[in-house]
Amino acid sequence: MSEHPAVPLLEVADVATGFETLRGLVRAVDGVSFTLERGRTLGIVGESGSGKTVLSRSIMGLLPHHGVVRRGSIRFEGTEIGHASPKEMRRFWGDAMAMVFQDPMTSLNPVMKIGKQITEAIHTHLDVTRQFGNELALSLLESVRVPDPERRMGEYPHQLSGGLRQRICIAVALACGPQLLLADEPTTALDVTVQAQVLDVLAQQQRERFMAVILVTHDLGVVAGRADDVLVMYAGQVVEKAPTATLFGNMKMPYTEALLRSIPKLSEPSHTRLAAIPGRPPDLVAPPPGCRFAPRCPYAQDKCREEMPPLVAAEAPGHEYRCWFPVGSTPVSIGPSSGGVA
Amino acid sequence: MPEQPETALDAITRDAADHATPADAGTVDFAAVTSGPETARRRRRGLRVGTWVAGAWMVFVIGGAILAPWLPLDDPQNSVTDLARKGPFAKAGTAPGHLLGGDLNGRDMLSRLLWGGRTTLVIATVAVLIGFVIGGLLGLLAGYFRGRTDTILAGLFDVFLSVPAVILALALVTILRTQPSASGRSSAGLDPEVALIIALGIVSIPVLGRITRASTMSWSEREFVVAARAQGARHLRVLFREVLPNVLPAMLSIALLGIAIAIVAEGTLSILGASVQADQPTWGNMIASGRQVIAIAPHVVFEPALMIFFTVLALNFLGDAIRARFDVREGAL
Repeated sequence: MSEHPAVPLLEVADVATGFETLRGLVRAVDGVSFTLERGRTLGIVGESGSGKTVLSRSIMGLLPHHGVVRRGSIRFEGTEIGHASPKEMRRFWGDAMAMVFQDPMTSLNPVMKIGKQITEAIHTHLDVTRQFGNELALSLLESVRVPDPERRMGEYPHQLSGGLRQRICIAVALACGPQLLLADEPTTALDVTVQAQVLDVLAQQQRERFMAVILVTHDLGVVAGRADDVLVMYAGQVVEKAPTATLFGNMKMPYTEALLRSIPKLSEPSHTRLAAIPGRPPDLVAPPPGCRFAPRCPYAQDKCREEMPPLVAAEAPGHEYRCWFPVGSTPVSIGPSSGGVA
Repeated sequence: MPEQPETALDAITRDAADHATPADAGTVDFAAVTSGPETARRRRRGLRVGTWVAGAWMVFVIGGAILAPWLPLDDPQNSVTDLARKGPFAKAGTAPGHLLGGDLNGRDMLSRLLWGGRTTLVIATVAVLIGFVIGGLLGLLAGYFRGRTDTILAGLFDVFLSVPAVILALALVTILRTQPSASGRSSAGLDPEVALIIALGIVSIPVLGRITRASTMSWSEREFVVAARAQGARHLRVLFREVLPNVLPAMLSIALLGIAIAIVAEGTLSILGASVQADQPTWGNMIASGRQVIAIAPHVVFEPALMIFFTVLALNFLGDAIRARFDVREGAL
């Protein structure tokens, strides 16, 4: 990794991914750019359908073969992989970049023993003896804090709990020492108590391996303590991008604010109504002409509905947002839909 | 959805375990581990009786077929005039010393049934094996790669399935047994047994191919297949190590049914005169030749018919047992 000190690990520039359907082109990801350095964690936050999963699959090159329209550039250590075929991507999969999937129930092969699933991944890339592979698998299981790893090696996925399975998925993904790990909602399918354990394991492994992590989630709380930078996505676009502390300290985009507001807080008295974001995300075949969040935004003005706001830089370095009337600024007049929220 | 079957009680106990000691990861899987094997045992017990009887019957039939040359049986080709048309329920009277009587030419029925089973089972099993390997392979490729591969292969399956199986097999046997020579005159082609095996094999290819294709499609969409690819596994490895082991139970259960169908098909072809020569017994041609004397010696038809009936039934039972046995694993998912 010291070979190209100037080149960032991952550069994503104006990436767009669309799916051809009978109704037209669904623009799942629409012009996303970011840079990720080695050893850093990027959180990608957004609700269901905001394009965060399609973005992570675009980076991995794991999109379906047919009906996909791609644009933009993805550079991994300076190598363009934005339009690479699966055959070309195989060079990167596993030992350069790896992925942890959302549902540990379905991302392990139900008829293969745990040990075998990890050693298979090892033997795909490393030319090592069977015994060394087994020892490596054992130490991987230990490093992701699986209790009693010898016994687990001989068990099948259905004999394990969700949290353990997700840890095994992480062990499989780490097997060949990737430089970039994409975690696509790794804790969504897990209990809250197990969530923290799994995220801790991920963070620990990242520190030990100096690995870059892209943590995709719909939960701002997951990202808060663990990501260096946060990318907030809405309807396929980046709507706010900032270092984590800046984002939580001084958010500009009403969508980010609404997301944060919709996390229930223990400090609130009981029976406080949970703030939800009204409405639904826009249709990605024919998105509204203006700001895509405008129909659901409490601060929306006429300008918001007519003209798409560009991604502009805020005062803090690295902080960008996409809004005509950012949170904290004083708009000329408050629209009628603002009642009760602001 | 496969995640569903966890009962509310399991979830509650697991939750309780979590909250009691949230820091201790070892307790989390407590509910899953204790509930897994127990449900498996319960389901297996429910299947036991039928499966065991079916298994015992198949052991008996296969054992008899394998051991026929060494058993103290009469020569199946040896005609004894006194024995003709005599048997357990024949009007012509019984034949002492010959448990199941004799056929219309006075050949020992028991001996012919065991020797006939030998031929019938070999033909049916090898034919389905051909279908299993070729159909399974094509089905895997079609279901995994989709796209043009799938269009071509699935179309081919459909074309073959659209012709009635017996007519297709009959046509194939006829073609394979008569090989046109350069002069245009037909001469004897393949051995009748080999022709029959190939014909039934070709007929079973699309059946197994379709089932394998459908099952492959659903398993290939699972996340663990994507995960394996994201680990850099090659298509061939993903296909044979990740997808195939999951598809295999469905293939095996259909293959057992396929053997049953092939046994019946062999019988049908016998009656149409397209099976092996009449002096070499199969269950099918025993029925075919016994038709002439069904009124006076019904046992000549009924004995091989019962063999077919029980064998087909047993194979169906075993096929179901395989499917149910592997459903446990799916349910626990």
